[in-house]
Amino acid sequence: MRKLLALAALLALVVASPAWAAKPKGQAKAEVNFGINVAQRGLWREAIYRWQKAVQLDPTYAAAWNNLAIGYEHEGQFDSARDAYERAVKLDPNNNLIRQNYEFFKEINDRANRDPNR
Amino acid sequence: MTARTATRIASLALLAFAAGCTSFYEITVETPIKAKLDTTAFQRVLVAGFVAGGSDDVDANIETVRLLRSQLRTKSNLKVVETDPLQLMEIAARQAKDPSAAPGAVAQPPTVPPVAQPPAGAGVQDLAAQPIRQDPAGLPKQVRDEKDLQAYEQIFADVGFWKKLGEEYQSPLIVTGTVLFTPLAKSGYVQQDRETIDPYGRHVVEAERAWKDRKGFSLSPKFVFIDGRTGTVISSETFHEETLYDAAQNTPPLSSYFELMDRLIPRFLGTLSSQKIRGTRVLLK
Repeated sequence: MRKLLALAALLALVVASPAWAAKPKGQAKAEVNFGINVAQRGLWREAIYRWQKAVQLDPTYAAAWNNLAIGYEHEGQFDSARDAYERAVKLDPNNNLIRQNYEFFKEINDRANRDPNR
Repeated sequence: MTARTATRIASLALLAFAAGCTSFYEITVETPIKAKLDTTAFQRVLVAGFVAGGSDDVDANIETVRLLRSQLRTKSNLKVVETDPLQLMEIAARQAKDPSAAPGAVAQPPTVPPVAQPPAGAGVQDLAAQPIRQDPAGLPKQVRDEKDLQAYEQIFADVGFWKKLGEEYQSPLIVTGTVLFTPLAKSGYVQQDRETIDPYGRHVVEAERAWKDRKGFSLSPKFVFIDGRTGTVISSETFHEETLYDAAQNTPPLSSYFELMDRLIPRFLGTLSSQKIRGTRVLLK
């Protein structure tokens, strides 16, 4: 029984441990998570700031670029959103969720940029 | 410490672990789309009237003016000018007969002998009220297709006419254009569901292609936006929508007209006012 308890406590410690956060990749992940948290509360500017920090810490972090693109999109910064989406797709070309986000973005962006004198 | 407590702690730890493993979150985004036209210089909008044709069952001029005004009243910041819709075809016909009769007529050689001049100071509405005494030069009396509409396009370039109209209504943004609402009849293969019962007595739905005669309507509006201060065209936007029904179905033309206008109204409004488009995206960890 004591062994089971110790195992459970260890598992909880591993999950909650901030040890991994000491390295840049870990810090980037922490920033991404924090960004998601605040975006879910509607604090998009704070979320963008966090995701910008995440991509500075780890420029190869496709999820961070994806989230940053969504943040820019929400703020109407379409050029920045497109750049961020393209970075995300380039870094993780097989990620269908990123591709799907990008497709939705392109659809809206095309509509916004459609020439009125078609 | 009992076994039950240990199980609870382990479950909590597993739950926390599972939450940590969740790698994506769906989130609602509201993407702001800027208005295509900068309307900050205008406080008012005048939906003046349209050169309309196609079906005789719907007065596309009157209906379009009514619909656009009601939409703009609630979905734009501009004050909507309330006035009778202009009968642009009559005005264009009169101008074609006598170019000098137009308020801002540019010097053009008359194609037919000039008729009586309107009294000095006659407004655009006065001109519209005058009956047409003879067939207009080169303009079809009824608009049936795109070619007929093209003959009337010149009126949108009549800077003097629109400037005069703008002066009457305190320099609004003027919305005008053409609307063609025509009946359609098309036959072709359509996909439909066929319900059958399999040997085990279960209902099975199968998709099948069937040849159908269909009829409906097409709507082709061209919205022209004119600066009421200068009379010049700022922008124009063309749309096309179609709807088809089973040939046996009897749908009133006016219902079809509203169904088609409903589809393109958001795009029309997007020209004049900024909008937010709701959608979902996936945030990743």
